[in-house]
Amino acid sequence: MTPSAPTQRPQTPLRRMARRFLQHRLALGSLIGLLVLAILSVSAPAIEVLLGIDPDTVNLLARFAPPSLAHPLGTDELGRDMLLRLLYGGQISLAVGIVAALFSAVIGTAIGIVAGYYGGIVDRILMRFNDFVIALPLLPLLIVLAAIDLNKLGLPDEIVQSENISLYRIVAIIALVGWNTVARLVRAETLALRRREFVRAAVALGTPPRAIMLRHILPNAVSPIIVATTLSVGNIILFESVLSFLGLGIQPPTASWGNMLTNAQQMIWSAPELAIWPGLLIFVTVIAFNFLGDGLQDALDPRALD
Amino acid sequence: MLRFATGRLVESLAVLLIMSWAVYVLIGLMPGDPIDLMIAANPNFTSADADRLKALHGLDKPILERYATWLMAALQGDFGYSRTFTKPALEILLPRLLNTFLLMGLSLFLSLAIAIPLGVYAALRPYSRADYAVNMVCFAGISVPSFWLALLCIILFAVRLQWLPAGGMETIGHSGLLDRAQYLVLPVLVLTIASVGGFTRFVRASMMQTLRQDYIRTALAKGVGSWRLVVHHALRNALLPLVTVVGLSFGNLFSGALITEIMFSWLGMGKMMYDAILGNDFNLALVGLLFATSATLIGNFLADIGQVALDPRVSFAARSSEE
Repeated sequence: MTPSAPTQRPQTPLRRMARRFLQHRLALGSLIGLLVLAILSVSAPAIEVLLGIDPDTVNLLARFAPPSLAHPLGTDELGRDMLLRLLYGGQISLAVGIVAALFSAVIGTAIGIVAGYYGGIVDRILMRFNDFVIALPLLPLLIVLAAIDLNKLGLPDEIVQSENISLYRIVAIIALVGWNTVARLVRAETLALRRREFVRAAVALGTPPRAIMLRHILPNAVSPIIVATTLSVGNIILFESVLSFLGLGIQPPTASWGNMLTNAQQMIWSAPELAIWPGLLIFVTVIAFNFLGDGLQDALDPRALD
Repeated sequence: MLRFATGRLVESLAVLLIMSWAVYVLIGLMPGDPIDLMIAANPNFTSADADRLKALHGLDKPILERYATWLMAALQGDFGYSRTFTKPALEILLPRLLNTFLLMGLSLFLSLAIAIPLGVYAALRPYSRADYAVNMVCFAGISVPSFWLALLCIILFAVRLQWLPAGGMETIGHSGLLDRAQYLVLPVLVLTIASVGGFTRFVRASMMQTLRQDYIRTALAKGVGSWRLVVHHALRNALLPLVTVVGLSFGNLFSGALITEIMFSWLGMGKMMYDAILGNDFNLALVGLLFATSATLIGNFLADIGQVALDPRVSFAARSSEE
C-alpha cells in the first residue's frame, strides 16, 4: 500500500499488529467508545455527587421527567435519575461480561489445550462434548439454571443470602456454557503447534506434558484466545441482559440494562421513551465488542497480508 | 454411509439420555416441590398426609430411582400431568410445538432467502463500499438484543402506528388466515433480523473462499459466463457448509424463538417452558426442555448426514480426527 520508503523502520511483529489494528477504524473507534463508557460507569459515584442526586431515591412527584439540567436524561417510572441508573447498570453489564468471559476463556483454554495435545480418545470425547454444548438450546437451559434453588445445592447460607448472589450466579452460569469457541480455536492451534519442531524438541527432552502445554503451547496460542474472548464478551452481555430482563438475572433495585427494560416493557403504552436508552446502550456495547474482536482478529493473524 | 448414520444416531441418542438425566436433576433443584405447593394451598394438610403423598408419588425415594421410574413412563409416552393446566404435559406441548415450528420455519426460510443473495453480492465485491455496508448491517443484526428490538417494534407498529397487533395469536371472534398472518409479522421479523446477520457473514466468507479456487479460474478462462460461473460453479460449493451451519443454528434459533414468543405472547414452546419454569410446573418444564434438546439434536444429526450425503469429498473416517 505505502510507497516503498527508502529507510523503513524494522518491522517487529508487535508494531505490525499495532499498525494493522490502528488501520481498522471501526475497531479503534469501538475501543475508544468502550473505554469512555467504562470510565463513565466507574465514575458514576462521582457524577452522583456532581449532580447532587441519589439514583435510588424514589420520587413519585418527579416521575417520567423530561431531560433537564438536574436529570440529563430524565427520570424513570419511580422518579429515579435515568443517567445514573444507566451508568450503574453499565458497571454491572461490563463487569459481568468481562469477568464471565475471562472465566470461560480459562475453561475453554484448558479444554482446548488438553484435547489438542493428547489427541486420540481424549480429544474425541472433549470435542464431542463441545459440539454438544454448542448445539444446546442455551436460553431455556440458562433460564432453568437461573431458577434453581441454591439451598438445594447445599451451598453455605452466607453465600446464598449474600447481596451479590444474583451477580455471582449469573457469572457462574454463563462461564459454564460460554467456553466453546475458545476451546475449539485453542484446540486447532494446539494441533498445529504440536507438530512444530520446538514442541517436538521439548517432548524429546522429556519435558513433562504440563510444562509443554503451559510454557510452549499456551504463549503461542494467545491470539485466538484474545480474539475469541473479546467476541464472547458481547454475547455474554446479551445473555445477561436477556436473563435480567426476564427477571432471572440481576435483581432490582440493583440497576442493570436488562432489568431497566423490564420496567420499560410495562410502560410501553404510557412512557415508551423509557425503552430507548438501556437497549441502545446494550446494542452499542455489544456491537463495539464485536467490532473490537473483528479488528483484533485481523491484527493478530500472522498469516494475514498487509 | 449407513454405518456412519447409525453411529451418529446412537451417539445422539446417548447424548439425549445424558441430557434427560441432567435436566431431570436440574428441574429437581428448582425451588419448592409439588407437595410443598399442596401444603401451601390447603390449611388442613397434616404432615402425615404429606408423607403419605410423598410415598404415593415416590418422592421419598432417591433421585436415581425416581429418574428411572420417570424414564420408563416417558419411554411409553407418559410425561406426567401439567400442574397448571391439569392436563397431560404432552397434550399441552404438541400444539405449542407446531406454533414454534411455524415461527422458526418461516424466519429460517426468510433469513436464508435474504442471507444467500446478500452474502454472494458482498463476496463478489470484497472490501468495496457495498461489502462494507452489508458487513455493518450483519454486525448490527448479530449485536441487537432481540427483546429490545421486539419492544421497539411493538412501540412503533402497535402503539404508535397501530398497524399490527402487539402480541397474541389471533383476534378473538375473528378467524382466518389473514388475521393470523397479522400476528405473525412482528415475531417473524424480529427472529429473522436476529439470525440473518450470522448467515450472511457465513455465506460471504464461504463464497469468497470458493471464488479463490483454481477451478473457478479455469472456468473463467474457458469463458463461462459470469452468472453461470457464480450460480453453477461457485454457489453450489459455497453453500455446502451452510447445511452444517443451519443445522447447528437450531439451538440458537430456539433461544431466539423463546424470547420472541415471550415478547409477543406467541403461544409456542419457548413461552410454555418459561411459564412452566416460573410457575413450578415441573413436568411441563421437563418435557419442554427435552423436546427442545431433541429438536436441536435432530438438527445436528441432519446437518452431519446432509454434509456427508451432499459432499463426496467428506470421508467418513477423517471427519472427527483432524481439522
